[in-house]
Amino acid sequence: MIDFGYTISKPRIIDIDRNNMQPSYDLLKEMPELQTCIGCGACTAVCTAGGLTKFNFRKVHTLVRRGEYAGAYEELNKCMMCGKCRLVCPRGINTRAVVMLIKRKLGEL
Amino acid sequence: MKHVTVIGSGVAGMRCAAELAREGVRVTLLEKEEAIGGKLRRWHKLFPTFTPADEVLSPLKKEVSENENITIRTECEVKDVRTGCVTLATGEEIACDAIVIATGFTVFDASVKEEYGYGIYDNVITSADLEEMFNKGSVTLKNGEKPKQIAILHCVGSRDEKVCQRHCSKVCCVTGVKQAIELKSLFPQAEVFNFYMDIRMFGPGYEEMYREAQQKYNIHFVRGRISEVGPTFDHRLQIKAEDTLTGRPLKIGVDMLVLMVGMKANDMNYALARSVEGLSVQPSGFMQPSDPFGGIVRSNADGIFYAGAVTAPKNVCEAAGEGASAACAVLRMLNKD
Repeated sequence: MIDFGYTISKPRIIDIDRNNMQPSYDLLKEMPELQTCIGCGACTAVCTAGGLTKFNFRKVHTLVRRGEYAGAYEELNKCMMCGKCRLVCPRGINTRAVVMLIKRKLGEL
Repeated sequence: MKHVTVIGSGVAGMRCAAELAREGVRVTLLEKEEAIGGKLRRWHKLFPTFTPADEVLSPLKKEVSENENITIRTECEVKDVRTGCVTLATGEEIACDAIVIATGFTVFDASVKEEYGYGIYDNVITSADLEEMFNKGSVTLKNGEKPKQIAILHCVGSRDEKVCQRHCSKVCCVTGVKQAIELKSLFPQAEVFNFYMDIRMFGPGYEEMYREAQQKYNIHFVRGRISEVGPTFDHRLQIKAEDTLTGRPLKIGVDMLVLMVGMKANDMNYALARSVEGLSVQPSGFMQPSDPFGGIVRSNADGIFYAGAVTAPKNVCEAAGEGASAACAVLRMLNKD
């Protein structure tokens, strides 16, 4: 068969109905304060890792909260635990604990 | 003749005093500063119509000053309040039939947010400072030059757990857009960037003003909270934020940074709540009205009423409205006796 180079793109949609939301809900039960995030991006602005790589803490934890876990563990490995994000968070979220929690939960999967 | 003491001579207090006096009640209007007028005295123009603050203030001042039922006492600090009596810092006691607390708010001290560099770097100013500059007619950098690039940061001292200000101050968004337009009109060559978390345009004409800022004045809106401000070699300011809509960290050099400071509850609110049975403070630090819908100007203490920003951040129209509404509630109580 001739390969014309056509592919079928996977849908990019975040499909809440199909995603396995349970790990995300469990995670929020353990750390309800994560739900108070207003997405201001202060954490990402100060992020040491985010300045040099595509690591974006705000995006990763938001995706996890939508049931999108693929690649999140590997992304969070870029975090150096410096804690600057925790210093600036206007909601007072313990961001380092969030990183550890997500990694622990996803490690269990 | 019935006698009412109104504490605070801002928009709410003056409106209330004027309404009461018009109904033949004797009013003592107390003000801790050297002149009446409250916070609006230092404000230049009001959103969303760019009406000079003085146009709103002057008729009110005239009304309370000319009414012979009203005794104005400036430089008068209140020490204590209880039903039927206001005690001044001097120890003098003022007996009255009702008390209206219209003590307003405190402007958030921006130097507490050290990362924004207020009081550390030249050309980091607050929204209140900018209004004073407008009033003086000289908006310049510290060295006298014109700013070419300006940043405006929303939510300074509001929606911020780190400084114990959880509440939304609500008027700063609108002020941020208003001041952006004013700066752009003053310096058409300059670029103005508003850094926001959410833009809350809650009143009539506010959203329209926001749209005008975007469309007519070409003001840039970046969705992200500034995380830190630092100096550059050429004495400008470098700002870091996340551009959350693109998901990338962002930096920008500016000549001037304007911090939209929020409304903080007065420290004295706690003392008030301690000294009077029935008065209480909300978690935000503002006084707790008896009911959030129908009883916004009433307290749970006999003969003590509220008007204006003492119970929550309010804009000028709301403060004036509550002044009139408090007068109404006071009259109803006085007429019962």
